[in-house]
Amino acid sequence: MAQSDSTDAMIQGGIPKAEHPVSEAWRMFQRNTAAMFGLVLLGFLVLITLIGPLVYSVDPFEIVWAPLTPPGQEATAPLGTDYLGRDILAGLIHGGVATLAVGLAAAFITVTIGLTVGALAGFYLGLVDDILMRVTEFFQVLPALMFAMVLVTLFSSSLTVVAIAIGLVSWPPTARLARAEFLRIRNLEYVSAARSVGAKNPRIIWRVILPNALPPLIVSATLTIGTAILFEAGLSFLGLSDPNTYSWGYMIGSGRDNILDAWWAVTLPGGMIFITVLAVSLIGDGLNDAFNPKLRER
Amino acid sequence: MQILTMLLRRLLYAAILVLAVLVLNFLLIHLAPGDPAEVIAGEMGGATEEVMASIRKAYGLDRPLHEQLGVYLGKTLQGDFGQSFFYNASVTSLILGRIGPTLLLVTTALLFAIGLGTLLGVIASRNPRGIVSNLVTVLSIVGYSAPIFWTGIMLIILLAWIFPVFPISNMRDVTLEGGTFRQILDVAHHLVLPAFTLGIVFLAQYSRLTRASMLEVLGSDYIRTARAKGVPERSVFGKHALRNAILPVVTIAGLQFGSIISGAVLVETVFNWPGLGTLAFQSILARDYPTVLGILFFSALIVIIMNVVTDILYRVVDPRIRTAD
Repeated sequence: MAQSDSTDAMIQGGIPKAEHPVSEAWRMFQRNTAAMFGLVLLGFLVLITLIGPLVYSVDPFEIVWAPLTPPGQEATAPLGTDYLGRDILAGLIHGGVATLAVGLAAAFITVTIGLTVGALAGFYLGLVDDILMRVTEFFQVLPALMFAMVLVTLFSSSLTVVAIAIGLVSWPPTARLARAEFLRIRNLEYVSAARSVGAKNPRIIWRVILPNALPPLIVSATLTIGTAILFEAGLSFLGLSDPNTYSWGYMIGSGRDNILDAWWAVTLPGGMIFITVLAVSLIGDGLNDAFNPKLRER
Repeated sequence: MQILTMLLRRLLYAAILVLAVLVLNFLLIHLAPGDPAEVIAGEMGGATEEVMASIRKAYGLDRPLHEQLGVYLGKTLQGDFGQSFFYNASVTSLILGRIGPTLLLVTTALLFAIGLGTLLGVIASRNPRGIVSNLVTVLSIVGYSAPIFWTGIMLIILLAWIFPVFPISNMRDVTLEGGTFRQILDVAHHLVLPAFTLGIVFLAQYSRLTRASMLEVLGSDYIRTARAKGVPERSVFGKHALRNAILPVVTIAGLQFGSIISGAVLVETVFNWPGLGTLAFQSILARDYPTVLGILFFSALIVIIMNVVTDILYRVVDPRIRTAD
C-alpha cells in the first residue's frame, strides 16, 4: 500500500521524461559551434543558389565584357570575366544549382545501393554475405574516378549519367558500414524479441534494425554528399561534365587552360565548392559527435 | 608453411579479381552504345572499313558472346589490349611507359602522408587540447573539403608563379644538361608540388586517425603497465603505443590505394605530370577507348597488387595476425 502511494507520488511529481533521441542529438548539435557554423554556411549557400538567380539575372553563358577582365575593374562584371568574356559572378550564382543537385542525387544513389547491399549482407550472412561482399571488394578495386571517367565517356556526359556514375563507383564504403551495423544489431535482444512475436525478415530489417542503425549511416550519408560534390567537380575539371549546364565544375573545367592569365576564373568557383563541402563536412562532424554519447566528454 | 598457404590463397583471390576486371571491360565494350568494333577501334582513330573488318575478325565479333569473351580474355591475358589509333602505338606499351611516373608520384605522396601524418597524430595525442591537436582537426576538415585540383592550382599560383620556387608543370626540364645526379634532383624538384598536393588529402586523414587510435591505445592497460614499470615516456610513445596505433593507418592506406590513384589522375592533369592520369585524360578527350579501358585495367591491377602487399605488411607489423593464421 505504502509502496503504491509513493509510486503515485512519483508520478504526480513527474518522473523525468526520457528525452527523444532526435531532440537530444539536436541539443548536442547546437552546442557544437563548428557544426552550427557549417549549418549556417550551408543555409547561406543554398539561399544564394536558390534566390540569387532571381536577384542577379545575368545569363552565365552570355558574353558581357572583354575576355579575361580581372575582378574589381569593371562594374558590369564585378568578379571579372572568363576567357570568353562571361561574367564570373553570374556563374558563381547560377552554377550552384547543378552542382548541388548532382551532389545530392549522386549521394542518394550511393546511399541507396550501399544501404541495400550492406543490410542484406549483414542480415542474411552466409552465401548472400559472401557474394555481396565479393562484389563490394571488386568495386573497391576499381579506382573510383577512373571508373566514373570511363562510364561517362562511354555513355554520355549528361548530368543524369554523371550522377549515376558517381553513385555507382562510390557505394562500397557505405555498404561496409551498413553491413557492420546490421551485423552488430541483428543479435541484440530486441531483434530476437521482434522475431519471437512473429515479425518477418523484411520487417525486422527495415523497421527494427534500420532505425537503430541510422545514426552512423546519417553521418556517412552527409559526408557522402560532400564527396559526391567533390567528385562532380573533379569530373568537370577533366572536362567530362555536361557542357550544356552551367555548374561550378564547368567553370573550373573551362578556365583550366587559362589558370595563369585568369586565376579568378578557376579559383573562385573552386572556392565555392570548397566552402560548400566544408559546410557539409562540419555538419557531418557535428552529427557524429551528437549521435555518439561516448565522444561527448572529449 | 601457414604463411605460404595464406599467400597462395591471397594470390588466387587476386587473380580472380583481375579476371573480373577484364570481364567488366568486356561488358563495357558491349554495353556502350554503338558497334563494339568502333569502341575497340576508338571513335576518332583511323577506323577505316578495313581496320574495322580486321578488328571484327580478330575479336571474333561475329561469333556468340561467350566465345567473344574467351577471345577477349585470351588476348588481354597475353597483354594485348589493342592498338591506340590516336597515339599509333599498342595500348600496353603506351601504358607501361606511363606507369613509372604515376607510381613515383603516388608512393612519394603516400610516404609523405603516412610519415608526417603519424608524426602529427602522435604529437597531437600527447596533448589533446594543444596547438598541434587543433591543427590536426583543422587540417583534416580542410584537407577533406578542398577539391584536390583546386589545391594544386592554388599551390601553382602561389609557389610557381608569384614566388617561382618550383616548376609549374612536367616531370623534368628537357633543356637541362648534366649527369644522372642532376637529372634525379631535377625530377625531385618537379615532384615536390604534385606529391604535396596529392599527399595533403591523405595526410589530413592519417593524422586524425593516428591521433584517435593513439588516444585509445594510450588509455589501455599495457601502457599503464609500461609506465608503472618506469619505461621512459619516449619509449612508451614510440615503441609501445605507436606500434599498435599505426595499424589502422596501414589498413586504411591499403584500402585507399584506389582513391589515391583517382587523386593522382587530377593532380597529374593539373601539373601535366606524364603518368597514367594525363594519359587517361588525353585519351578520353580523343575518345581513344582501347587506351581508356586499358588504363582502367592497369590501375585496378595496381590496386590489387597493393592490397596484397598491404596484407603482407600488416602481418609484419602485427604479430597477433601472424599467429592467428
